[in-house]
Amino acid sequence: MKQILASRELLLLTAIGLLLMLIAWRFPGFVVPSNLVVVFNDTSPLILLAIGQMIVILTRCIDLSIAANLALTGMVVSLVNIAVPSLPIIVIVLIAIGSGTVLGMLNGILVWKLAIPPIVVTLGTLTIFRGIIFLLTEGKWVNSHEMSDAFKAVPRTDIFGLPVLSWIAIAAVILFSVIMTRTTLGRAFYAAGGNPHAATYAGINVGRTQFWAFTISGAIAGLTGYLWVSRFAVAYVDVAGGFELTVVAACVIGGVSIMGGIGTVQGALLGALFLGIIANALPVVNISPFWQMAISGGAIIIAVVLNAQANRTPGRIILKRAEHAT
Amino acid sequence: MSSTRSIPDRLRSPIERNLKSWESLLLLVAVGIFIANSFASPYFLNAWNLSDATFNFTEKAMIAFAMALLIISGEIDLSVAAIIALASTAMGAAVQVGVGTPGLIFIGIAVGLLCGAFNGVLVTGLGLPSIVVTIGTMSLFRGLSFIILGDQAYRGYPPDFAFFGQGYVWWVISFELTLFAIIAVIYAVLLHMTNFGRAVYAIGNNSTGALFSGIRVGRIKFILFLLTGLMSGVAAICLTSRLGSTRPSIAFGWELEIVTMVVLGGVSILGGSGSIPGVVIAAFVMGLVTFGLGLLNVPGIVMSIVIGALLISVIALPRLWSMWRSA
Repeated sequence: MKQILASRELLLLTAIGLLLMLIAWRFPGFVVPSNLVVVFNDTSPLILLAIGQMIVILTRCIDLSIAANLALTGMVVSLVNIAVPSLPIIVIVLIAIGSGTVLGMLNGILVWKLAIPPIVVTLGTLTIFRGIIFLLTEGKWVNSHEMSDAFKAVPRTDIFGLPVLSWIAIAAVILFSVIMTRTTLGRAFYAAGGNPHAATYAGINVGRTQFWAFTISGAIAGLTGYLWVSRFAVAYVDVAGGFELTVVAACVIGGVSIMGGIGTVQGALLGALFLGIIANALPVVNISPFWQMAISGGAIIIAVVLNAQANRTPGRIILKRAEHAT
Repeated sequence: MSSTRSIPDRLRSPIERNLKSWESLLLLVAVGIFIANSFASPYFLNAWNLSDATFNFTEKAMIAFAMALLIISGEIDLSVAAIIALASTAMGAAVQVGVGTPGLIFIGIAVGLLCGAFNGVLVTGLGLPSIVVTIGTMSLFRGLSFIILGDQAYRGYPPDFAFFGQGYVWWVISFELTLFAIIAVIYAVLLHMTNFGRAVYAIGNNSTGALFSGIRVGRIKFILFLLTGLMSGVAAICLTSRLGSTRPSIAFGWELEIVTMVVLGGVSILGGSGSIPGVVIAAFVMGLVTFGLGLLNVPGIVMSIVIGALLISVIALPRLWSMWRSA
C-alpha cells in the first residue's frame, strides 16, 4: 500500500481512470476512442509545455514566461509566414524552435550569470515578451486568411489516425523520458535541483544546468507556439494568456516537487492529461465551463497535500515535531 | 560570486550607508521619472491629474505592504488578486439582497481574512510550499467568482459606498491615498519598530534558527497570510467602490504587478531583507511610469515592457556593477 501511494504516477493514473469511469457512467460517448483522440490532441500543447516546465522546476527554478514565449514565437512565425508565404514549413518550424530557444536562453543567462532569482527573471520577461508582440503588431491580429494553407495544415494532418500535433507530443514524451533517465544532462537536472551543493561537489555546474533547463523549456515553448497559432489559425497579443499557471498546475498535479529534484516526464504527462480531461469533460457533463478554474484550483491543492504526504522523510519529522511542540 | 570577502576595519558611516542604499537609488529614479514626465507632457504637472495618477497604485500598494512582510519571511501569496475577485463578488451578491454599506465592508474584510486564513492553514498547518498552494488557491478563489457570476456582472452598489474609491478627504487628496498613507505608516512601524517585525526578518533569514530562538514561526507566518488576506479585502472594497461593478475578471493579473512592486522596492525575493519605505517609493515609481506614459498615449501593454525591464534591470545593474568592479 505504501509503495503504491509512493508511486505518484500510479496514483494519478488511477485518479484519471476513476475520472473517466465517472464520466463514462453518465456519458458513454466521452470515452469512445475517437473522442479520446480529440481530448489528447487538445491537451497536447499542455503536455509539451508541462515537460519543459518540469525540467525547469527540477532545477529549483520556475519559468513563468513560458506562455509569453509561446505567444511571441507564434506571432513571429505568423509574421514570417505573411512576409514569405512560400517558405517551406520545415523552415518555419526551425524558426519557431530557434526563436523559442533564444528567448529561453535569455532567461537562462539572467539566472545563470547574474544569479537573479528565476521567478523575478521570468516575471519580467513575461511582460516584456507580451509587450514585444504588441510592438511588432500594434495590437493587430493575424487572422486565418492571412496565413498560408500549408502553414495551417501541419498540426491537423492525420498520420495513422492521430493528428501531427498529438504525434509531436508523443515524440516529446519519449524523447525527454530518454533524456531525463538515460543521459548525463538528465541526471544533472535531478542533481542540481535535489541538492545543489552536492551537485557542485560532484562536478556539475548548477548554473549552467539551469541555463540548459531554460533553453529546453524555451525551445519547447517556441515549437508549441507555432503549433498553437497554426492550429487555432489566429495570432494576437494575448494568445495563451495566463497559461503559464495551468502549466505549473499540470506539473504539480503530476507530482513534480516545486522544491526541485523530484518529478518525471510521465508525471507531467499525466498531470496535463488530468487537467485536459477535466477541461474537455465539463461541457459534456453539462457543467458550466466557468467551473473549470475552481476545479483545477482544488485539484492543485489536493495534489500538493498528497505530494507532501508522500515525500515526508523520517529526518524531517523530528524537526516537524519540534515545530509543533512550540 | 568571489569567495574572498574583505572585512572593513570600520563600519560605513550612517550617512554614506543611507546615500548608497537601495531606497535612495530608487528615489533618484522616481525623481528622474517625475522630471522627465513634466518635460514630456504639459498635462503632467497638474494637481488633479497627479491625484488621478495615484489611483494607479494605491490599491495594489496596500496589498504590496502585506506582501512585502510575507516575502521577507520567505513565503509568497499569488492568490491576492483572486481574493479581491472573491471578496468583490461576495459584496456584489450581498448588494443584490439589499445589504447596506457597513455590511458590505464587513463582508469584504471577512472574505479577505477567511481566504488568508485558508492559505495560512495550508502553508503553516500542513507545511506546504506557499508558491504552489497560492497558485492553487488563486485558481480556486477566482474560480468561485466565475462559478457565482459566470459572464454576468454585479452592479447597483449603494451611493454612499462610492466614497471609498471615489471620495476625496481634502482638496485633491483622495480617500484611497489617505488610506494608503495610513497603512504605509502602520506597516512601517510594524516591520521596523516591533518585535513582530524583527521576528519576520529572523524567519526570512533562517527559519530553523528563528524557531530555536523561541520565535513561533508557524504562528507568525499564519498572521502574515491573514494580513495579506485582510489587505486584499480592503483593496477589494476600494476597487469595487471605484469601479462600481464586479466582474469575475476584476483585478486580473494584479498578483504579478504587486510582486513586481515589492521586488522593485528592494525586498529580496529570497526573503530576509527589505523595507517598507522602499515599497512606498516603488509604488510611486510604478504609478508615475504608468501615468506618464499614459499621458503620452503609450498603450498599457508597452508600459508593461517598461515595468518588466525595470524589474530585471534594477536587480541586474547592481550585480553587473559589482561584477565589473571585481573583474
